[in-house]
Amino acid sequence: MRLHRVLLGTALAAATLLTVPLTASAADGIYVPLLSYRTGPFAGSGAPIVNGMADYLNMLNERDGGIGGVKLIVEECETGYDTKKGLECYEQVKAKNPVVLNPYSTGITLPLIPKAAIDKIPILSMAYGLSASADGNVFPWIFNPPATYWDGASMFIRYAGGKEGGLERLKGKKIGLVYLDAPYGKEPIPLLEALAKDYGFELKLYPVPAAEMQNQSSQWLNIRRDKPDWIYLQGFGAMNPTAVKEAAKINYPMDHLIGNWWAGNDDDARPAGDGAKGYLSLDFNQVGTNYKVIQDILKYVVDKGKSQTPKDRVGENLYNRGVLNSIIIAEGIRNAQKVSGKKQITGEDMRRGLETLNINDARLKEIGADGFAAPMKIACDDHNGHNAAYMAKWDGTKWVKGSDWIQPLKSKVRPLIEAAAKDYAGANAGWPKRSEACDKSS
Amino acid sequence: MIHLIYQIFIDPFVQMGTAPDLLVQTLWEGLVAGVLYSLIALGFVLIFKASGVFNFAQGIMVVFAALTLVGFHEHGIPAYVALALTIAVMFGLAFAVERAMLRPLVNQPDIILFMATFGLTYFLIGFGELVFGGDPKVMIASQLGLPKGAVEIKMAGGFVSLQKIDIAAAIIASVMVAALAVFFQKTRVGRALRAVADSHKAALSVGISLEYIWVIVWFAAGLVALATGIMWGARSEVSFALEIIALKALPVLILGGFTSIPGAIIGGVIIGVGEKIGEFYWGPLLGSGIETWLAYVIALVFLLFRPQGLFGERIIERI
Amino acid sequence: MFYREVGQYKTNYSADMSVMPLLQDRVGIGIILFIAVVIIPYFGNAFLIQAIMIPFLVFSLAAIGLNLLTGYTGLLSLGTGAFMGVGAYACYKLTTYFPGVNILIWIVASGFFSAAVGVVFGLPSLRIKGFYLAVATLAAQFFLSWCFIRQPWFYNYNASGAIEVPTRTLFGIPVTGATAADATRYYVVLGIVVAMTWLASNLVHGRIGRMWMAVRDMDLAAELIGIRLLRTKLLAFAVSSFYCGVAGALLVFQWYGSAEPAVFDVNLSFFILFMVIIGGLGSLTGSYLGAALIFILPIVLRYIPPHLGIPIRPATVDHIQYMIIGALIVLFLIVEPNGLARLWQIGKQKLRVWPFPY
Repeated sequence: MRLHRVLLGTALAAATLLTVPLTASAADGIYVPLLSYRTGPFAGSGAPIVNGMADYLNMLNERDGGIGGVKLIVEECETGYDTKKGLECYEQVKAKNPVVLNPYSTGITLPLIPKAAIDKIPILSMAYGLSASADGNVFPWIFNPPATYWDGASMFIRYAGGKEGGLERLKGKKIGLVYLDAPYGKEPIPLLEALAKDYGFELKLYPVPAAEMQNQSSQWLNIRRDKPDWIYLQGFGAMNPTAVKEAAKINYPMDHLIGNWWAGNDDDARPAGDGAKGYLSLDFNQVGTNYKVIQDILKYVVDKGKSQTPKDRVGENLYNRGVLNSIIIAEGIRNAQKVSGKKQITGEDMRRGLETLNINDARLKEIGADGFAAPMKIACDDHNGHNAAYMAKWDGTKWVKGSDWIQPLKSKVRPLIEAAAKDYAGANAGWPKRSEACDKSS
Repeated sequence: MIHLIYQIFIDPFVQMGTAPDLLVQTLWEGLVAGVLYSLIALGFVLIFKASGVFNFAQGIMVVFAALTLVGFHEHGIPAYVALALTIAVMFGLAFAVERAMLRPLVNQPDIILFMATFGLTYFLIGFGELVFGGDPKVMIASQLGLPKGAVEIKMAGGFVSLQKIDIAAAIIASVMVAALAVFFQKTRVGRALRAVADSHKAALSVGISLEYIWVIVWFAAGLVALATGIMWGARSEVSFALEIIALKALPVLILGGFTSIPGAIIGGVIIGVGEKIGEFYWGPLLGSGIETWLAYVIALVFLLFRPQGLFGERIIERI
Repeated sequence: MFYREVGQYKTNYSADMSVMPLLQDRVGIGIILFIAVVIIPYFGNAFLIQAIMIPFLVFSLAAIGLNLLTGYTGLLSLGTGAFMGVGAYACYKLTTYFPGVNILIWIVASGFFSAAVGVVFGLPSLRIKGFYLAVATLAAQFFLSWCFIRQPWFYNYNASGAIEVPTRTLFGIPVTGATAADATRYYVVLGIVVAMTWLASNLVHGRIGRMWMAVRDMDLAAELIGIRLLRTKLLAFAVSSFYCGVAGALLVFQWYGSAEPAVFDVNLSFFILFMVIIGGLGSLTGSYLGAALIFILPIVLRYIPPHLGIPIRPATVDHIQYMIIGALIVLFLIVEPNGLARLWQIGKQKLRVWPFPY
């Protein structure tokens, strides 16, 4: 009986709480929300990324007082890699006038793509999301530098071809794609199929259902049967360490197993330990703390206790990835301030700022990231840049440099992207034609 | 059409014949997967047998146990001490669950208890992530004395690679099943557990202390969860993604019967082998990836002919 | 004192047999509808409509569907997510094949496809009962999930494997797609959900509902008194899947705006099942209450710390929220195993005799 009263009381309290207004006040400053996933099955990858993003932006606040004198308001919204929560986060942050959105999950990015133009908030889906959104004419509000998944796959083919003695030597060889059976995983397939036609190799597909991420013995049995010469791993989360372990189990030559840039986490190769020696992974940011930006982050943010990152995780691959993402955001904001002349910019200004982004070697050196990443440039019709990446190699305990910068096969990738963008616009009746003007690059 | 018939009925067997090493490897992989599924199913069977509750939280208990073990070890505690501490934690968990969840819900219909375990799952997910964080961790397999590496047998032009850890898993699982079967049949506590499974009220009237029994059975399930967590974690990594695998135990339970311990192992092996053989030889026809539902379809077909499973008790319906 | 039938006389049989005999009940429903139709769209901000009300209505509809099957007919089903997916993909294919036809017609029509699939996967229910049936429906869940990912026909062979919702109009106003206004979408969802709830209410209060409840209570006895088990159970599956299918179509077309196959996975099935059990098996009000508790409460919990000014990290809030929801589920089950609907009924009962204790 008493419990019934307790319950009734709780219900009343909850009802009163529901009347609490669910809006937030807009503070003075540039609002940058970070959609993060520190919970859920992909938290292992999500936590270092959002740590890197938050730390860099906070470092700018601490060291420089923000960008152009305006402080950045950095706020995390937890999505748990769940589309429902992601959409809810979007609704919540929309009210506070964010200048840019980083959904950090292909599943969340896809529903937000049509909304970006309506709500006038640019989406920066750095090297993930919809590959076709590299076409700036169809997707003026979506940006995905420095490279798309199609670029990544083409870099893999170029690397494999290089090792074989030339792209023509790939004729007759078998190339395998081990991928997560989800839109993210399927991204490289159209490009690989097109390249298979061009260069004459046989493409074999090995999908891994999301529920079987840690139970991949069938797929690798198939690989043992088919004996592909090269394998590209388009995996995420718990799928990657299992894949690497299985590859080691069937004695697959590790230097022929190449993961994309989300399969290059320390946690992906470490469980296989020595067995994963030689495993390669595409990467577009460098690893380590030997860069002025990372040192500044350590000095101004981590050592002062203003960061959630444990000190020994600073400089990790995915942490630096997050830092690079924030570098792009910061440069975009700076550009936006220059292009619009305002200090307190809006989403539309940010769009123009991102569209005229030009981070060249000199600029990288200026911000203390010399050699940290390849230079990247965005144009009005090319929201990606199709920039280079390199191969990182696992030496048994950590990632080291495994190759020089590899350029993607831009001539193959670009036509496919434009075709895919056209398909997307055609499939979605009423897709708006680009009406935004094109600024000259800075 | 003929090509289709060839592909379905003849080609897989041709493949089996031409590459017998792959066949043996597939069978072995199926056996290993089956043993691991049956470890999870064992936890379910234990709790179902003694308290009639279908413990949906078994999956998260596996993750929780593995995380606790690795968490203790990360703080510098030696492996075997950490193991003992984890066992103590699982006992504490069993005690808490009995106190907070089972005692108030005595004699409620099964669906309510099933739902309560859902609540427990949510709670453990939040609690586990709060205490241990979401980062995936590496299982301390070598520190626990589990073997590494593989045994390679050359046969028929190829090779069959048996991972030593899988062999260890199979042995450990069989030992556990045997021990539990003996426990239930021969000891007083085991008999009391079976009495409680038949009817709570009748067991109470005979003088069996329900609370004591429940704590024991949840503790036993916790131990099984710990063993499962160690084995699964050693094969890939310890993270919350492991929890999804728990659903695979359902077809195993269907096949083996919800209340049978040897049934869990045999059902597990049948499902595991069936799944792997089906996926490897017939999967490419349907587009591959059929592993996700093949086990359920196998179980479903079984159910239509033998609803109580291989070893389960016959369901007698009375008006 | 206020909630009594004193003074309310019925003068014909139909009034006597009505579902809501008390005037106060009818007034209450009227007030709720007024709030839903007028107050919320007018005063509510975008967050309330887009992130709370529309999903709440969609989940309530799915919960009603599952409640019809599990609560009223006693057939435990874990395939709800897949049936919602069938509805969503059916609507998508229909609207891509026939873009000229009104989208509302296709949303409702997609329910029929879902019903057909539900009937097929409900056939085992004749031989299998109770918990084993749940496993059969799980087979449906995983098989259909696999179809959505692996059979490219479902997503029109597009490269990303996800479906995008095209913009469709109704009387010239965009109803789906990114250009549709929040209020428009809210009204569409509200209209469909209210209509289908009314339909469900009539079903369960009539002959069919009584047949289902007889099957639930003891199907052997039901068979003995002449109820055809095959038809009744399959009808339950069909109607339940119809509701879930429409809910799925609304989920994709009016809320998400796009969908990848992972949306309709087994977690969604469990999510809806939670709502039904917490809300109360065998009660339409319970479906709404359960959806409110399971869906809205976590959101409210997430926003309490920032509003009270407590500096907790969002991830920690998430963890604590999981713990609270889990503890609440267990607490509710201990206090009232028959769900929130029973609590609501007890509340009304107390109100009838208020201020007297009995």
